[in-house]
Amino acid sequence: MSLLKYESQLREPLVDGEKDYHQVTEDIIRPIEMKPSRLWYIGFFISVGLLLFGVYSVYREVTYGIGQWNLNKTIGWGWDITNFVWWVGIGHAGTLISAILLLFRQGWRTGVNRAAEAMTIFAVMCAGQFPIFHMGRVWLAFFTLPYPNSRGSLWPNFNSPLMWDVFAISTYFTVSLLFWYSGLIPDFATVRDRAKTKLRKLLYGIAAFGWTGSTKHWQRHESLSLVLAGLSTPLVLSVHTIVSFDFATSVVPGWHTTIFPPYFVAGAIFSGFAMVQTLMIVVRKVLNLQDYITIGHIEAMNKVIVLTGSIVGCAYLTELFIAWYGGNPYEWYAFKENRANLFSPYGWSYWLMMACNVISPQLFWSSKMRRNITVTFFMSIIVNIGMWFERFVIIVTSTYRDFIPSSWSTYYSPSIWEIGFYLGTFGLFFTCFFLFAKYFPTIAVAEIKAILKTSGENYKRKMTDTEKKDAEKFYLEEVEHAH
Amino acid sequence: MAGIKKFVVGCFDDEKVLFPAVKNVRKAGYKIHDVYTPFPVHGLDHALGLRETSLHTAGFIYAVTGTTTALSFIGWVFTKDWPQNIGGKPHFALPAWIPITFETTVLFAAVGMVLTFCYLCQLAPFIKKHHFHERATDDLFVMAIECTDKTNDGDLQAFLQNAGAKEVNVQVAETGWWLGRYDREQKLYREEKGY
Repeated sequence: MSLLKYESQLREPLVDGEKDYHQVTEDIIRPIEMKPSRLWYIGFFISVGLLLFGVYSVYREVTYGIGQWNLNKTIGWGWDITNFVWWVGIGHAGTLISAILLLFRQGWRTGVNRAAEAMTIFAVMCAGQFPIFHMGRVWLAFFTLPYPNSRGSLWPNFNSPLMWDVFAISTYFTVSLLFWYSGLIPDFATVRDRAKTKLRKLLYGIAAFGWTGSTKHWQRHESLSLVLAGLSTPLVLSVHTIVSFDFATSVVPGWHTTIFPPYFVAGAIFSGFAMVQTLMIVVRKVLNLQDYITIGHIEAMNKVIVLTGSIVGCAYLTELFIAWYGGNPYEWYAFKENRANLFSPYGWSYWLMMACNVISPQLFWSSKMRRNITVTFFMSIIVNIGMWFERFVIIVTSTYRDFIPSSWSTYYSPSIWEIGFYLGTFGLFFTCFFLFAKYFPTIAVAEIKAILKTSGENYKRKMTDTEKKDAEKFYLEEVEHAH
Repeated sequence: MAGIKKFVVGCFDDEKVLFPAVKNVRKAGYKIHDVYTPFPVHGLDHALGLRETSLHTAGFIYAVTGTTTALSFIGWVFTKDWPQNIGGKPHFALPAWIPITFETTVLFAAVGMVLTFCYLCQLAPFIKKHHFHERATDDLFVMAIECTDKTNDGDLQAFLQNAGAKEVNVQVAETGWWLGRYDREQKLYREEKGY
């Protein structure tokens, strides 16, 4: 959706190879029309298996209660809320790519935005499971909704950060879904119009909502995308801010800090981009989309990773310094003894987090490393592990020793059903993602076509030649003309 | 405006040819029904003389509705319907309402705008429209020109060919939408009712 008519020849092409509009359609839509590979089936059934294991774990939790998890007197949140925050964080990169980069006119977003937005939606779906089932009596989850009821009406407490969470996550999910789907409509129409089988024509015909590509409709579509991007930008920042309020508004040492909102948002984008890398590196290979998700795209995302990773690193150090400088003995104890002391029960998790999130991404200051796919894939996994441990450190190390030493709990380690629930959300995520990769246009076809003539390799090459021949003449003929 | 009309259709494969063609066709006094493109071509709306969309204004109105709804509802709950004494703090705790107010604003604006967009463009499942060329969503820019009694479609076809159209034809088509499925041959509701 680049509004620029002209792009500097110094910029790397965003679409490699000899492409015209039809070729773009062919390349991106073809995987939908082919039978899925054996690898797809294997991956899909493993995901479904994980999902079923998750369903069974949740079934046990619902039937026998929260006691199925190894939560104890002082650690009430454990793996469950760790996973919640982790999944929500993953989702943030999708919105960043689709909304913030749209506002900043970053052409490279077109290659990855569709899949990243899908990732957002699936990640938020996974995240939502945790607080819902953490309620224990999940059949009463509707009590969080502000509807006139026979209990008073007894309204939910709108002053509570947990209630803010309900609104933030549900709004985030709805808006992301609308944004994603409105972008999909034209591409579904493309699939529909070239469909050979009746079933495909029917299903994509329904999904495409009768889209024709009318100029007026495109004009409205552009306006809609822009406003939705403008809305999503503060929304995505607000969501993780509100998630951080769950901690920051409490009086627990290690949680009660004002740095949490920006630190959580940066961490969310950091982990989200790592997940985008993990998925994209596989998708571009399997679906043969290397021309659209180029090394340049991967490098751009690695730059975001090194930036946000460093912001997160700064936040860790600031938080540690302020814990000491602030002079609150409880706060300082939480940081010095519960976290930074390597030989305390959970010291290992703090230093694992530091190693994964602060030290290892520094590798990406080197452009050689940023452009190396194996290194990037490996790093993306490391970052995701690190960011999971960040939430684990925050939740567990702050709660396992509370204000009364007599209630300092025994070592917390999750039960198989807690782990099963987490694996189950992986199953849910990848089941959805496999279906998406097979049945949806994984790249925004229309948006790629819109940037093709400014950023496609063959067009850029032509432009460079023309520029060399006669820069003046070119400007008058082509650029002025195009306006 | 729904109804069955006759169109001369020209298909272009390059937007650089399309722009001057649009200009010339309009200059010659023909009425362009619409141009169907596979992606948003910037400036084409201006070239066709379409006015700016006011969808964003609608979005603003929905947003303000969301803000007011959230603020007035929470305000009513905490000051009138069920005031609670939470640590002696004021009932009207505006700062604590900001998060929910903000989320509701965004939710109303987004949902409202998408629904308005679908309404204005007649987009919904099972809606069917006439497609002048199936490659309009692939790689062709399809210009449909409405014929009047005075239009000589032979001349117009030659005119479009001169302007650079790769494919030219005449089609009689229903301009509105109807309920239908894309896997079946199109059938106008007008015919079914026996018009």
